[in-house]
Amino acid sequence: MSVGTPTLEAAAKRAPDDIVEALRQQFGDAITCEQASLTGMPVLWVARDKLLKVMGYLRDLSDGFRMLFDLSCIDERLRSHRRGLPDADFTVFYHLLSINRNRDIMLKVGLAESDASLPSCTAVYVNANWYEREVWDMFGVEFRGHPRLARILMPPTWSGHPLRKDYPARATEFDPYTLTVAGQNTEQQALKFDPESWGMQRERDGSEFMFLNLGPNHPSAHGAFRLVLQLDGEEVIDCVPDIGYHHRGAEKMAERQSWHSFIPYTDRIDYTGGVMNNLPYVLAVEKLAGIQVPARVETIRVMMAELFRISSHLLFLGTYLQDLGAMTPVFFTFTDRQKAYEVIEGITGFRMHPAWYRIGGVMQDLPRGWDRLMQGFLDWMPARLREYEKAMMENAIVKERTKHIAAFTTDDALTWGVTGPNLRATGCDFDLRKKRPYSGYQNFDFEVPLGHNGDVFDRGQLRIDEMRQSLRIIQQCVNNMPAGDYKADHPLTTPPPRERMLQHIETLITHFLQVSWGPVLKSNESMQMIEATKGINSYYLTSDGNTMSYRTRIRTPSFPHLQQIPSLMRGGFVPDLIAHLGSIDFVMADVDR
Amino acid sequence: MSWLTPQVAATLIAIAQAIVILLAAVLIGAVMTVVERRLLGLWQDRYGPNRVGPFGSLQLVADMIKIFFKEDWIPPFADRRLFVLAPSIAMASLLLSFMIIPITPGWGVADLYIGLLFFFAMAGINVYAVLFGGWASGNKYALIGAMRASAQTLSYEVFMGLALMGVVATTGSFNMRDIVAAQADLWFIVPQFFGFCTFLIAGIAVTHRHPFDQPEAEQELADGYHVEYSSMKFGMFFIGEYVGMVLVSALIVTLFFGGWQGPWLPPILWFAIKTGVFLVLFILLRASLPRPRYDRVMSFGWRICLPLTLINLLVTGAVILLNTSA
Repeated sequence: MSVGTPTLEAAAKRAPDDIVEALRQQFGDAITCEQASLTGMPVLWVARDKLLKVMGYLRDLSDGFRMLFDLSCIDERLRSHRRGLPDADFTVFYHLLSINRNRDIMLKVGLAESDASLPSCTAVYVNANWYEREVWDMFGVEFRGHPRLARILMPPTWSGHPLRKDYPARATEFDPYTLTVAGQNTEQQALKFDPESWGMQRERDGSEFMFLNLGPNHPSAHGAFRLVLQLDGEEVIDCVPDIGYHHRGAEKMAERQSWHSFIPYTDRIDYTGGVMNNLPYVLAVEKLAGIQVPARVETIRVMMAELFRISSHLLFLGTYLQDLGAMTPVFFTFTDRQKAYEVIEGITGFRMHPAWYRIGGVMQDLPRGWDRLMQGFLDWMPARLREYEKAMMENAIVKERTKHIAAFTTDDALTWGVTGPNLRATGCDFDLRKKRPYSGYQNFDFEVPLGHNGDVFDRGQLRIDEMRQSLRIIQQCVNNMPAGDYKADHPLTTPPPRERMLQHIETLITHFLQVSWGPVLKSNESMQMIEATKGINSYYLTSDGNTMSYRTRIRTPSFPHLQQIPSLMRGGFVPDLIAHLGSIDFVMADVDR
Repeated sequence: MSWLTPQVAATLIAIAQAIVILLAAVLIGAVMTVVERRLLGLWQDRYGPNRVGPFGSLQLVADMIKIFFKEDWIPPFADRRLFVLAPSIAMASLLLSFMIIPITPGWGVADLYIGLLFFFAMAGINVYAVLFGGWASGNKYALIGAMRASAQTLSYEVFMGLALMGVVATTGSFNMRDIVAAQADLWFIVPQFFGFCTFLIAGIAVTHRHPFDQPEAEQELADGYHVEYSSMKFGMFFIGEYVGMVLVSALIVTLFFGGWQGPWLPPILWFAIKTGVFLVLFILLRASLPRPRYDRVMSFGWRICLPLTLINLLVTGAVILLNTSA
């Protein structure tokens, strides 16, 4: 059995866990249930009144769970297979992560519909702020003691909580949309920034502050992102990020798409990451289905994911330098991206959103001559990367704009849930490809580049180094592509291999059922985290034994990265803010989902 | 034909010359907008505008038609009078400065005794255009841009004037034709090298060209002081910037590179070639450099450029004193 795909038996047979034992001793009855799942971590149900104590204990352990990785909710009211879980209408779950122990733990709290409230954990984990707001927005669960429990993804004027099961999923279930002049005014008025409600002063020592709306449409906001700045001259006193302008309800859509037909939606979560987005989803589904994919599939997946990492990092590099005022590099990086896309197009038949991975494999085998195509790209890139370093990263103005700007430490990063290159720029060696290899990453020889200062410069330089490592991985794929099938031989592989479908009536029937209804997965929960282009991306799937997901939680890296902005920018200048925005590498689709 | 006395004829010729130079300055400014895009395209591995007419030669016409017929919108929250006045000042102050530039021995609008001082005065007035534009727009981005522009222009004008004092002291005159004549043997670029460096930097800063385009800084201020302008009012700011570029290039040529002087070719060609080289330099800077932070630009001006010009002036003065006493 490979590391990336534990089966149900393995999960059940796992040896008693030291942390779970310690928690049971410490808190006794407060741990009401240990749920068996395919998430690869202990899932503990905790009594509501003891939640904060348990969390505080876990955080303050030696090498404790310093990062609140994810926090969201499940509406349990329509779930039929609950297998002895505690009664609950809503379940709020907390996914905690310890970098030093390299392990996770999930806490769950069950709530009744009539009393859907629980204490806010913002005092234990500051980054719970936005997550709790999202849960309130989407499920209507109240967090007592939250500093500002307001809507975050939906407009402030919205009524209803979209991820509740009784909230319609299709536009046709609503009245047709209309917008009157009065309605427009109400909406606009609701978006007007009110400093007092955020506890901000309007003036200091007799001089007024300027409140500047940066976005939702601004050249450097990288999408529909709004940031309200409180300015004294050009100094940022405080700022308030406002997200939700790119929200499409991907998690809701997942609840009415078959396991198979949701794949193209994942491409659009981080729209610069292409098939990289498919990976955590199909891996999580394969865990539920118990599919073990052939080595060729793993290698093809790694190769394409790394190619998209390079493409995404090139986009980052060009826009990062453009935000520093250098107008030319972006054209060069786009030339490189075009070369990458020629390879991607040749292999997948599509450019930005190939939706090319399948449950149990990939869509089709590699075409003839793919290796020559890929080799051309591998030969092209290294000289270009060196050129970017010589022309830009070694430029005095770039250094002066980026060194020691918006710097944060590993501690800050963990507090705010920062992952990926931004975490590694602080010197923290945590790359899932090394620490928790999935899809066969353990077979590859590559290094994890690290930064030192955690500043804008390190975040830029680190990504150039990462591209070199990705090129190394792809080269190994080209040299050692295993022979074999491009789809697993498993009844739940969707759709089944076409060659067999054309010859065997059994496969034809399976094909028909899987394409018309979709594959049926046994009820369970699974989770897969991957090192995506911008940080750790994970899919937490709940199956209720149906053709569709019961709940799909998509944890994206950009969401916490934006939440961190105010803590970094207080006291900075507007140009520093722009430099920092360029160095985070976020896309709003990845934030709002 | 009794009215055509030599005096009247001279006046008519002068008027005709003035009109030709005025039109040429505006036209070259406008052509530069296209030339810049084509050159940037060349340096950035792309084509640039190449669709209108052969090799994109009619792009300028298309741009003109577009900009003239765009809706001329004045925001309801703007201060109307200043809003309209600002672009006119921007364009007029720079165009007026062309008056003092001796293009060839026979061509030039005015041969002012205080030629160089007139340019400083006009450059000073040009600040008002940006300040009015930014203030009257009633837009916060425009206001920040205007504040940056005025602070930057004021600080850079201080040593821009001082940078040229070496040239003036050596020549002993503010008159541009005298300055050109004084370079018959040796261009001022050699004795006044530091004066040239600082004047070039100040010139870029005063015209708000990259990398000193903090007042516009698209990535930060979304175009700064002219963000609310549309149609021909925007056009005047836009062309004004290019006219400024041509003006500064022409001044550098006149003050440090011997003006029209040069062997074999006619003076007008020499003047055009030299000016063209500096225009290309302006564009190359934009293509290659990132933008320093605003406060660093200011401290660079005050801490490095200003002392440098003062030392340059001091040394020039000492050399002149030595020569005269000998």
